[in-house]
Amino acid sequence: MRIAAGVLRCAALTLLAAFLLRPQSFAPLFAPLTQYGAPPIYDQGNLLALALAHVGTVLVATAASAVVAVALGILVTREQGAEFLPISRAIVNIGQTFPPVAVLALAVPLVGFGEKPTLIALFAYGLLPIFENTMVGLRSCPAAVLEAASGMGMSPRERLFRVEVPLAMPLILEGIRLSTVINVGTATLGSTVAAKGLGEVIIAGLLSNNAAFVLQGGLATGLMAMLLYDAIAMIERRVCRTVRVT
Amino acid sequence: MSVLGVPVGQPRSARATARAARIDRLGILLTLLGATALVLLPFVVLKANRIAPGDPRALVEVLPRWAALGTEALLVLVAAVALGVARARARLAAALAGIVAVALAVAHAAALLTPPGNAVVRVAPGAGFWLLASALGLMAADAIARLRPGPAMRVLALAAFLAVAGLALAHGTFDSLSIMREYAVNADRFASEAQRHIALALGSLGAAVLLGLPLGILAHRVPRLRPAILALLNIVQTIPAIALFGILMAPLGLLAAHVPWAAAIGIRGIGAAPALVALFLYSLLPIVANTVAGLRQVSPAALDAAHGMGMTPWQALARVELPLALPVILTGVRIVLVQNIGLVAIAALIGGGGLGTFIFQGIGQTAIDLVLLGAIPIVVLAFSAAVLLDALVEALDRGRR
Amino acid sequence: MIAIEHLTKRYGSTTVVDDVSMVIERNSITVIVGTSGSGKSTLLRMVNRLVEPESGRVLIDGRDTAHEPAHLLRRRIGYAIQGHGLFPHRSVAENIATVPHLLGWEPARIRSRVTALLEALQLDPAVFARKYPHQLSGGQQQRVGVARALAAEPEVLLMDEPFGALDPIIRDKAQDDLLDIQRRFATTIVLVTHDIDEAFRLGDRVAVMSAGRLLQYDRPEVLLKHPADTLVARMTGLSDRAMRLLALTTAGEAVVPGASDGPGVASSASLREVLCELIWRGVDSANVVDAAGAPLGRLTIATILAHGRPS
Repeated sequence: MRIAAGVLRCAALTLLAAFLLRPQSFAPLFAPLTQYGAPPIYDQGNLLALALAHVGTVLVATAASAVVAVALGILVTREQGAEFLPISRAIVNIGQTFPPVAVLALAVPLVGFGEKPTLIALFAYGLLPIFENTMVGLRSCPAAVLEAASGMGMSPRERLFRVEVPLAMPLILEGIRLSTVINVGTATLGSTVAAKGLGEVIIAGLLSNNAAFVLQGGLATGLMAMLLYDAIAMIERRVCRTVRVT
Repeated sequence: MSVLGVPVGQPRSARATARAARIDRLGILLTLLGATALVLLPFVVLKANRIAPGDPRALVEVLPRWAALGTEALLVLVAAVALGVARARARLAAALAGIVAVALAVAHAAALLTPPGNAVVRVAPGAGFWLLASALGLMAADAIARLRPGPAMRVLALAAFLAVAGLALAHGTFDSLSIMREYAVNADRFASEAQRHIALALGSLGAAVLLGLPLGILAHRVPRLRPAILALLNIVQTIPAIALFGILMAPLGLLAAHVPWAAAIGIRGIGAAPALVALFLYSLLPIVANTVAGLRQVSPAALDAAHGMGMTPWQALARVELPLALPVILTGVRIVLVQNIGLVAIAALIGGGGLGTFIFQGIGQTAIDLVLLGAIPIVVLAFSAAVLLDALVEALDRGRR
Repeated sequence: MIAIEHLTKRYGSTTVVDDVSMVIERNSITVIVGTSGSGKSTLLRMVNRLVEPESGRVLIDGRDTAHEPAHLLRRRIGYAIQGHGLFPHRSVAENIATVPHLLGWEPARIRSRVTALLEALQLDPAVFARKYPHQLSGGQQQRVGVARALAAEPEVLLMDEPFGALDPIIRDKAQDDLLDIQRRFATTIVLVTHDIDEAFRLGDRVAVMSAGRLLQYDRPEVLLKHPADTLVARMTGLSDRAMRLLALTTAGEAVVPGASDGPGVASSASLREVLCELIWRGVDSANVVDAAGAPLGRLTIATILAHGRPS
């Protein structure tokens, strides 16, 4: 099963890289889907540049929201922040009912079109899964372990960084992974507000009724999402190999 | 001793008095937000027409003196409650009063700023209004969270809120606001798109339950299949929505072109068909995963007793396992419904209709009010679905205990 | 060396520890015993300031523990709890090395200390150093917990129901090991338990607590022969106090010169064990032999019974 997954991973990566670097070689594959001699391969922009811009937007936004969400999660689970805990849970619940496209649409009047509303929407929407998972992860630390850590003479800060955060790390990384995948999807929508990304290919296809474009954009984005999902899963396994909370 | 350092066993009165003696820190945050909103940010934005950028106006500028002073005085009172009062009911009452006041203020301001008979001028709520409303909403949400209402109470509160808002809208209180102006122009389309939206969300959910429930039962009964099924559905889940819509368009278009009866029942490459299929696929994972999880947590003792009583495996499934797994399965349904209400908005891009059409049209025309006309009902729908289903799950859970 | 002076702790209107004072000798084992809710755990945790007292103070070697930052104090005091609280994300060796690490020891010193402790607790370092807590049995986890508490060579070791989660068979061995360790490292141990037999077995002195108050603090024989009040008497056992008293003396301590035609018993066996053996065999006396097998004398039932009485 492991080997099969590894093979699939390499295949997906090779496929995506080949498509982005040598798109024209895939032309015969997509030609049957076009009509009236429309171009089979997206030619209104550099596919590789679009893919990189897409990944870049996602990674920047996710990294920013990870930092803020983890910090907030830590604050809310400390003694001093305890009174913000109920409202935090309520915000998480409410926030999850907002569809990503609405967050994007509402960011536009604030900052205009382009990269900025996309980054803001990705940042805001990505906060929630990471924040919730940080909260849950930190609070599910076994009481005996925390007691032992204090009893051994760790200061509260040492206890936080040497015991609580490492033990919460699997859940935090799970939240980051979820956030990343959702963000790849929302970033495709960013093209509707003129952000650079693979969504452009899909939307161009929809506008000009070119099924080939739509399929290319769709497959490329899908592959990218799967590869990122998988990559973070690998990081999770590496980092959290030893954490088994009995 | 609990993890948070609050001594367990300390009687409630001691804790309550300790808290009342201090200024509420959430109250400080909310007061700061509210003050910023009121003083620094525009309350409304006066636009010459629906797409012009618009003039910011503060609360004191748009309301007559007595109204402005009254509203501000009320808000100061609400802030005082937020800072000093610990009792949740009082805080909730204050927050609600504030929300009502602010809503009426913005409606009144819009009515005042619009010259009579002029249908072109638009008065939109400004950033200050939204921030103020959010702060008041947070205060209300915090108070409700502290009260910990039961499921019936929550549904009742939602119904009350929707009823009041609905009445106000029907009565025409908010008619001068830009969003309602947009609604006035698009009224019948709004109704049909809203119906479309709900139909797509519920339809895909229904189909997913029809297939996902048996699939989940299968995955539970045959453990060898479980990793494969879940892995496959996981892969589907990671594909971005618009990508999946796009990928489905080609095969569905081919199907419509070459199979006569498919086109007859409405399968096409664009429109509702690919949206429905994609939503159906997205709904499978939560349903299947939750069915499996729900069946797994059924106590082996209960199942044992069922078999011991002479039930066949199917009878045990129907009478014992599924009812006991129901809360977890319904949680999956809730996840799917909320998710789908959001995803249907994207279907508008491929011609699927729904409230998303307003959002994308608004983006295309840079008419923010049109965007809000699409976005706000979607949020209300998703929120209502979440509250209703959560209440149902909790009611079932409590019935069990 | 540990002077507890008038410690009091209240939670709301409940007084959990009520004006407790006691002096704990260096290089001894003191056991605090009581039912749940008696305040014994809270008292223990006031020594390393996991709980801060309302009033009163704790002096270790004459120095008030309140005068230094709590977490620095705790690095000099070993602390082992019932759930042992091993860090799931660290190996056995890393767990044990935690406090030495905090104190900034050199790696070589830490490594040799870890090895020495694992050997002292009969866990083969080559096998166990790299394992993770979830790979160990309950008994092994408990031993690692004790090793971790002793890692930084503390003079004081606090233990809160450390053997509570163990099977009875393993518990006996673990108690023996603790006595062994105390002798080897000359640590001052303060141990909390609800099991009176454990208290009498391990403690040089035993403190009986109830409802926050210290009822009596003395050697086990004194508690048995002269209980301070009926509560203490009930806790130390009214119906089998004679047996408990017999359990406190070994054959070697009570042996009388002479020979017997009865069976041989080890000098380390308690008088209770010898009595049970004599009853079982239906004889009146036994020969006491030392560890090498050399005869030391004899014990008759009459002698044994005399030891079972208070006077």
